[in-house]
Amino acid sequence: MSWDSKLIDRAKEIIELYPQKRSALGPLLYLAQEKEGYIDDDSVVEISKLIGITEVQVRSVASFYTMYKQEPSGKYLLSVCKSISCEINNSKEVIDNIKEFTGLANNETDIESTFTFEEVECIGACGGAPAVQINYETVEGVTPTKALELCKYLKEEVPEVIVADELQDKFGGTKSFDWAIEDNSGTSSTAPGFQIIGTSEEK
Amino acid sequence: MKETLLLTKHMRENPENSHLIEVYEKNNGYSAARKVFKENNPGDVIEEIKTSNIRGRGGAGFPTGVKWGFLAEDEERYLVINADESEPGTFKDRILLERDPHQLIEGIIVTSFASNISKAFIYIRGEYAKPARRVQDAVEQAYEKGYLGKNIFDSGKDLDVVVHLGAGAYICGEETALLNSLEGRRGEPRLKPPYFPAVKGLYNKPTLVNNVETISSVPWIINNSGKDYAKLGVEGSTGTRIFSLSGHVNTPGNFEIEMGCSFGEFIDNFGNGIKENKSVKAYIPGGASAPWFTGEQLDIKMTIDDVANAGSMLGSGAVVVMDEDTNLVLAAKSIVSFFAHESCGQCTPCREGTTWLEMILERIASGRGRTSDIDLLLDVCDNISPGLAWPPQMTTICPLGPSAVSPITSLMGSFREEVESLLPKKVLINNE
Repeated sequence: MSWDSKLIDRAKEIIELYPQKRSALGPLLYLAQEKEGYIDDDSVVEISKLIGITEVQVRSVASFYTMYKQEPSGKYLLSVCKSISCEINNSKEVIDNIKEFTGLANNETDIESTFTFEEVECIGACGGAPAVQINYETVEGVTPTKALELCKYLKEEVPEVIVADELQDKFGGTKSFDWAIEDNSGTSSTAPGFQIIGTSEEK
Repeated sequence: MKETLLLTKHMRENPENSHLIEVYEKNNGYSAARKVFKENNPGDVIEEIKTSNIRGRGGAGFPTGVKWGFLAEDEERYLVINADESEPGTFKDRILLERDPHQLIEGIIVTSFASNISKAFIYIRGEYAKPARRVQDAVEQAYEKGYLGKNIFDSGKDLDVVVHLGAGAYICGEETALLNSLEGRRGEPRLKPPYFPAVKGLYNKPTLVNNVETISSVPWIINNSGKDYAKLGVEGSTGTRIFSLSGHVNTPGNFEIEMGCSFGEFIDNFGNGIKENKSVKAYIPGGASAPWFTGEQLDIKMTIDDVANAGSMLGSGAVVVMDEDTNLVLAAKSIVSFFAHESCGQCTPCREGTTWLEMILERIASGRGRTSDIDLLLDVCDNISPGLAWPPQMTTICPLGPSAVSPITSLMGSFREEVESLLPKKVLINNE
């Protein structure tokens, strides 16, 4: 879908923050992903117009980065880390369990659009290995059994907002460090729960 | 052995609310910023940083004061904070962003004052959405107080800070790739020369690119002195450093210590030994790019120079411990896969080489290896990084490709038998 005036205003506000328009490309791609769940063709057109670069240039950048999704994702994007600290702490079994529960291979989305599963590289949660992210919210110390419970919970309870602290309490274990600060912020889309403008209203 | 708390002191003392501006200020926060504006001598600030001898905490260990001294004259200059922490094993910047964002912002204010900069960016990796929210909240609080924006601290100077989220590319930790990314381009490292972003950086303007931990150290140095900072640690590795400890230890985590103790002491003391009382087979001293040390090399001192002399690097300060039962071929494969996945694809040796290394290790690990595979691995490595020396010889624009060689040379150097045991025995022809 093309962008409504509200979204375009937000995009313009973001562009204003940068000395050169093109720098806003990354944040604008996230705006598209927040809205559609992936970088759709209409958003590419809108962004190219707003920034003044070609559609191919927008796609070229969008396809370089793994977090900009080129295809629609499920409601929950499950990213399991398989880098060194997680690898030696049994991330393989976590991956196998999630694959079995969801029936998905790497980078696949189920037919109900509930889950997208991906194996990812280091997410900076090495002290809490093995770690997973749900819509880019980190949960640490997830054992293979807890990973299954987490999937079941998402499938049955279908939470609208993913809050890391809440999931950590329910399904997490060892953490990289004491999170200490109580935090109810989270995300309600498969884009990371952060925008330069508008994050605070969404919480 | 105890931690020396400089950067993590405030968050330890105020675990519930260290991220709030009022709590930070109650604990002497923003006093360094007030001090520099009152004294109003940017040259002194740079001198203080030079005296402290602090070296960059991102991985390369370049002296920060010297870097600041390089910054070319121009009306438009930028400060970019590299918070694209993605070196496997590293999670130290994450705690600084999540639990003490104002310390970083104060560091940005002081740095910008010293270098006459009015626009700063904090480039945070995309997977750190929660830390990015904390930093953004803190930035907004600082704007409300008048510490950012127009005429900050009534000094007549302006400073704007923009929090920019990356999108999942390790390579953007390389400073020129980061700048390209921030310009809205593919995160591909730039050709050198120009060697220093301090001369031609963001939008081709002079730009300081510094790590989160480096800039977070600035307020302490200003509040105390460069001399006091230099008294901590050892010569060449002054001050404290936050090490991220992970792997098969009982208590992983971030620990802030003065550099200079041995890895063995560090692992025993803070990691509380190895899980199930096992022994250390190998460990990585400074992130996935660093060559490994073996369990017999635990007495190497944790300083930039000692680790370099022993043939590796302290890098990002990520210590990953692997116990006696670790399958090191799988461990090496995990690291090589990481680099293969994160290669930006510009340079052939890296793009093709890392992919080949991954495939060969994969077949060795799954029992389909060939007798010739060890030679083949080393040959591919030699094409990425000729001579397999440390520090690596470069055939590529940036060090990512050569980094993938480290785990393989480590494996072949100290654990060759383990690899050979997975390969078919050589068939002797003519019964020789």
